Amino acid sequence: MSLIDLANPSRFLALTARALPWLAAATVLAFAIGITEVYFAPDDYQQGATVKIMFIHVPAAWLGVFAWIVMSAAALGTLVWRHPLADVAAKAAAPIGAAFTLMCLVTGSLWGRPMWGTYWVWDARLTSVLVLFLMYLGVIALWRTMDDPAQAARAAAVLTLVGAINIPIIKFSVDWWNTLHQPASVLRLGGSTIHPAILVPLIVMAVAFTLLFVTLHVAAMRNEIMRRRVRTLMMLQAGARMGP
Amino acid sequence: MTALCALFIRDLRLAVRVGGGALIGVLFFLVVVTLMPFAIGPDLGLLARMGPAILWLGALLASLLALDRLLATDHEDGSLDLILTARVPLELAVAVKALAHWLTTGLPLVVSSPLLGLLLNLEAKASGAVALTLLAGTPALTFIGLIGAALTVALRRGGLLLAILVLPLTIPVLIFGVAASNAAIAGPVPFGAPFGILCALTLISLVIGPIAAAVALRQGLE
Repeated sequence: MSLIDLANPSRFLALTARALPWLAAATVLAFAIGITEVYFAPDDYQQGATVKIMFIHVPAAWLGVFAWIVMSAAALGTLVWRHPLADVAAKAAAPIGAAFTLMCLVTGSLWGRPMWGTYWVWDARLTSVLVLFLMYLGVIALWRTMDDPAQAARAAAVLTLVGAINIPIIKFSVDWWNTLHQPASVLRLGGSTIHPAILVPLIVMAVAFTLLFVTLHVAAMRNEIMRRRVRTLMMLQAGARMGP
Repeated sequence: MTALCALFIRDLRLAVRVGGGALIGVLFFLVVVTLMPFAIGPDLGLLARMGPAILWLGALLASLLALDRLLATDHEDGSLDLILTARVPLELAVAVKALAHWLTTGLPLVVSSPLLGLLLNLEAKASGAVALTLLAGTPALTFIGLIGAALTVALRRGGLLLAILVLPLTIPVLIFGVAASNAAIAGPVPFGAPFGILCALTLISLVIGPIAAAVALRQGLE
């Protein structure tokens, strides 16, 4: 079973029809464990219960970036290998990534209100996530502007890869421009600075969010394949009605 | 090489002779700078402090608005198809086109910026710093814009989409352009650090822009 075997949309549909319930069940289970752990996680001595927003905020941010990585891999598949499902994967990932990025922005803003006293500050990380969100909307707009799905896929693939090169540069620039946010604390040299009582639920929530992404992504890919089939059928029907 | 030279000279001639593209860009720049005091008030101290940012934003918007002339006119009259089928590598051909475009739209903005700096109460040193950063940074705007122009060339109404696609990618250029200007005027950061990064961004865009634009054109127009 390799990637090329999945190139046949019918085989992909058959395989995912079997896998999707299991993925959904795993997602629910992971969320059940994660939310229970979050419930019992201790409050922060300074931030109180608001620290629990982090368990949604941080995984959402991670998936906002992860979705772009998935889109970039799919873009390579479109441009280099012309993999038929890569277009579908890229198109399905964009709105999900945008949704997670928006979730990160909204929760960050709600968290900022009690902590910083305002809903929005032009802090480096918030700003770069906002730019990421704008870039997602740009890709979605490009997808929607072009009628022909294959042409739209190639244009969006070029934009996605240019974005993949640019996002680290934008991140670096915005960091240079202003920094108020705390530095990265989960993944860094010399070990994590977060206490295990908070770290473990955070990791479980990150796994749960990733499973949620995979489930939604596979479901969206199935929908997109079926949407294309409906489109083709309708065009054939219209062609038959018009006569030769 | 001769083909590239011919393309370069053709683009320069077209830009100079048809409808004064360069002048319209400068005129737009002037109008934007004129509007600013109406929005933020005629306080000369405030204008001087915001001057570099206003000039950079004006130049960014002016070069953005000129982008639809970069490839769309060639697409309309069919010469883009000739360039695509020519033996010259497409990457070099679009790079030459972007260079000619910058000379006729970007460079006039750089040259006119000290004059507009006078309107914003910028001192000679500050105006010089802004002009220098614009000279280093506007090629990046053109070459990043080249990607957007290539992506939207086949669309009938690509103008607004082009802006949405290109503007987020120009954020680093804007940040370091304004930062270098402010560093030259007030400090405390030395001018060299942000200016060096600005030059690096331009060099990166000189490489990525033509390659990505060529891929987009080949894929989009086949």
